[in-house]
Amino acid sequence: MQQVYEVSQVNEYLKLRFEDDEFLSAIFIRGEISNYKLYPSGHHYFSLKDADGAMRCVMFKGSAFRLRFKPKDGMKVVAFGRVAVYPRDGVYQLYCEAMTPDGVGDLHAAFEQLKEKLQAQGLFSLDRKKPLPAYPHRIAIITSAAGAALHDMLRILRKRYPLTEVKLLAVRVQGEEAPAEIAAAIRYANRFQVADLIITGRGGGSIEDLWAFNDERVAYAIADSEIPVISAVGHEPDVTIADFVADLRAATPSNAAELAVPDQTELHKTLQAKSTFLLTLLQKRLKQERQRLLALASARSLRSPVNYINDRRLRLDHSHQRLCGASAQLLSRKRERFVRLTAKLDAMSPLKVLSRGYSMATDGENKLIRSVDAVSVGERITVRFSDGAAITEVREVQK
Amino acid sequence: MSSKSQSFEASVARLDEIVQRMERGDVPLEDALKLFEEGTQLVAACTKLLDEAELKVTRLTKGADGSPAETEFTDDAALS
Repeated sequence: MQQVYEVSQVNEYLKLRFEDDEFLSAIFIRGEISNYKLYPSGHHYFSLKDADGAMRCVMFKGSAFRLRFKPKDGMKVVAFGRVAVYPRDGVYQLYCEAMTPDGVGDLHAAFEQLKEKLQAQGLFSLDRKKPLPAYPHRIAIITSAAGAALHDMLRILRKRYPLTEVKLLAVRVQGEEAPAEIAAAIRYANRFQVADLIITGRGGGSIEDLWAFNDERVAYAIADSEIPVISAVGHEPDVTIADFVADLRAATPSNAAELAVPDQTELHKTLQAKSTFLLTLLQKRLKQERQRLLALASARSLRSPVNYINDRRLRLDHSHQRLCGASAQLLSRKRERFVRLTAKLDAMSPLKVLSRGYSMATDGENKLIRSVDAVSVGERITVRFSDGAAITEVREVQK
Repeated sequence: MSSKSQSFEASVARLDEIVQRMERGDVPLEDALKLFEEGTQLVAACTKLLDEAELKVTRLTKGADGSPAETEFTDDAALS
């Protein structure tokens, strides 16, 4: 008599058989992704196939979180995990714990993918690039407080342009927390307007060490920044996503400090040159003024001071003449009046009376004798005529 | 918020303006002399700013209310 088993019993049996198999418990499988689906739960479902076969795969949210690229249909990958039975459907599948694109390193693939995505969104476009301030007042440096990168930047800023102020926003620059911290610091600097220029970066390291700067959170924070951002990651050949999004890419942190500020040696030279130029301009101006003055001085009226004086003398003469004319007029009017008055006076003169035949007598004191009572016999009196006088003696007095 | 860099920048801008005005040559001579004097003083002031400047570094942390709190930062590596 054959024993009959329930479906689930068989599935359970197979499940245990699979689990006992070491080969299936940790296996790398190469294949091409198909039927890829990302569920709202965060779990990824897909198949791996090659020319002759296919295998169902699932990657749970907890493992998928560590993926450094986005799986897509047609992508050749190497998946790692265990093959086990799913009793409900009676199928076996790969429980994928890690996956890397086949052929290229997964970091590189992730980099290319994110680069493509951000480029398509226009985040690298040149007209998004903000101009850097010529003389930064405050520079926010977002990097590790302990790194050599910070020290290098401070040394160069100190040497080149110590007029600026540095605000350090210390963050972790590697490890899982790094991207979020860097992105948050960039947004924080913007929210509180702590600076007019941001430098973010770190010193050199492996591609994994620099990975935070290939994170899209950092990329978007840089893209959203109203404050211009200089990226300064690793060494010259290291290029990160942050470099593409930043307003300026510096090859190294030291280079970022050099690009951020003017060099005071140059500034001193420029100031000196401006000072000299100002002096030249002033001298030129003075020369022009002098020439203008000379041109004016050569005008006829100013050629010699004598001309000037003669001009004035002529004017003076003219005034004098006018004055004289006025005086003469005044004088003649006075004279006429005088003549009239004289004539009046003459008419009333005693001499005029005498000339009509009258005479007048004066006493010894030359007083006019107005009455016969004033004379006595024997007194000498003078009788005046119009043309002379006679000294007479009174012989008798009649009344 | 005024800083040394701001006053330096403003001075350089004013200096450029003075140079431009002097270049145009349409200012009265008396004003030109005044501009020259001002320019010379600006050059001296800028030079002094540069000569006396020391890089100020502060560390920003999130204060209790979320706004930035500043603490002095000493670059240890620079001292050693």
